[in-house]
Amino acid sequence: MLRTPFYSKMLAAGGKMVEFTGYELPVQFESTGIITEHKAVREKAGLFDVSHMGEIYLRGKDAFASIQNLITNDITTLKDGGARYSLLPNAEGGVVDDILVYRFNAEEYLLVVNAANTQKDAAWIEARLLGDTQFENASPTTAQLALQGPLAIEIVKQFISPADIPEKNYTFKTLTLEGVKIILSRTGYTGEDGFEFYCPNAYAERLFDLLMEYGRPFGMIPAGLGSRDTLRMEAVMPLYGHEMNEETLCHELGLDFAIKMNKESFIGKDALLKNPPRYQRMGIKMIDRGIAREHCPIFNDEGRQIGHVTSGTHSPTLGQAVGMIRVEKDFAASTLWVEVRNKKLKAGIVPLPFYKRNK
Amino acid sequence: MSKLKFLKSHEWYSAENNTVGISDFAQHELGDIVFVELPEVGENVEAGVAFGNVESVKAVSEIYSPVSGVVTEVNEDLQSAPELINQDAYAAWMIKVKVSSVSEELISSADYDELTKR
Repeated sequence: MLRTPFYSKMLAAGGKMVEFTGYELPVQFESTGIITEHKAVREKAGLFDVSHMGEIYLRGKDAFASIQNLITNDITTLKDGGARYSLLPNAEGGVVDDILVYRFNAEEYLLVVNAANTQKDAAWIEARLLGDTQFENASPTTAQLALQGPLAIEIVKQFISPADIPEKNYTFKTLTLEGVKIILSRTGYTGEDGFEFYCPNAYAERLFDLLMEYGRPFGMIPAGLGSRDTLRMEAVMPLYGHEMNEETLCHELGLDFAIKMNKESFIGKDALLKNPPRYQRMGIKMIDRGIAREHCPIFNDEGRQIGHVTSGTHSPTLGQAVGMIRVEKDFAASTLWVEVRNKKLKAGIVPLPFYKRNK
Repeated sequence: MSKLKFLKSHEWYSAENNTVGISDFAQHELGDIVFVELPEVGENVEAGVAFGNVESVKAVSEIYSPVSGVVTEVNEDLQSAPELINQDAYAAWMIKVKVSSVSEELISSADYDELTKR
């Protein structure tokens, strides 16, 4: 099993390590736990090791054209220092991955991909580069920390000069910290304000110590994969391998903001034009007592199966069981039935997201 | 607590009160408990067979019965406050049983401590 550069730090902080996409990562911490860590991120700040994420650099005169062809979103309007969410479609319109595209300048980009998909994505991307595009998979040498929560900005201000702090969501800065070049990005996967730090492996432990030192007085605590999942669930951010895979079509996910069908061409565009969406992504809250979990089948009032749960958990903020579901496109009722351990439990369709922060 | 007997699957049984619950080790391993599914009064439980479920944020675990018999009482407090199990696993009994027989797999508190020693 692989270890990130923060492994020793996480262990020392009381991390309860589990296997996740081939890495040993903390699911939660000894003295806190998922709900406490979740609340810390909603109210103060939490610090996550997300080094398992993959980083792929594309450089060169045709890097822009290569990316435009690879993704569903359009980066024509992406400025230097900007980041954009997109799907990486396959030729059938299914999803290879969902990614973030960072633009340094017209000829240099960083694609951040899901840990479980790094190898697959690297091969997929490298095989489809156009013209003058250089490829670098920097995942093995890049460490990543996510500092998330309403107080993240205050913590960052303690040791990074204002000019180096990205002001808006989905923007980033490249800066030098103690002589080391790092990327500071105002992005995250929790539904809160926050930052993601990309740094070389060799600087990882020092960066962790710095963040702990400056974060602790603000109530920041280390947080694990467990709360990362409940946080992203409340913000209804999809997770690859759960809400989407190679078989789900890009336009079945409620992510139309990231699919630009008016873009001249991209891989999978023809397939998406030809095949209308068969399914939709919706959110449920349990009405009957119980927790809907991934793979639980979903039935309509007539007792016909119309889909399944893609992610389900207890929402710490709402104190209630919530889920994301994949159901037939024409389903329009306000309630449905989730089969949990051979019992059909009633659930209600609710508007998404489950949680939205006050800006 | 020394009067309690345990299953290796981490349930406890109090012969004194005829109550059943899960161990402190189990609650700690599960993490924040957010849902408990228990049988109803009058239902039968069988030694070594699952009678309910306990769900943490991340996972679902079955609860096995240390005894056979009829459920005479269910701890309704756990429906609205399953975190009571995290707070004190030995106070948070789940069911009270009119016991007809106890599992032959039950071990002493000392043996259970040995088993779960880290």
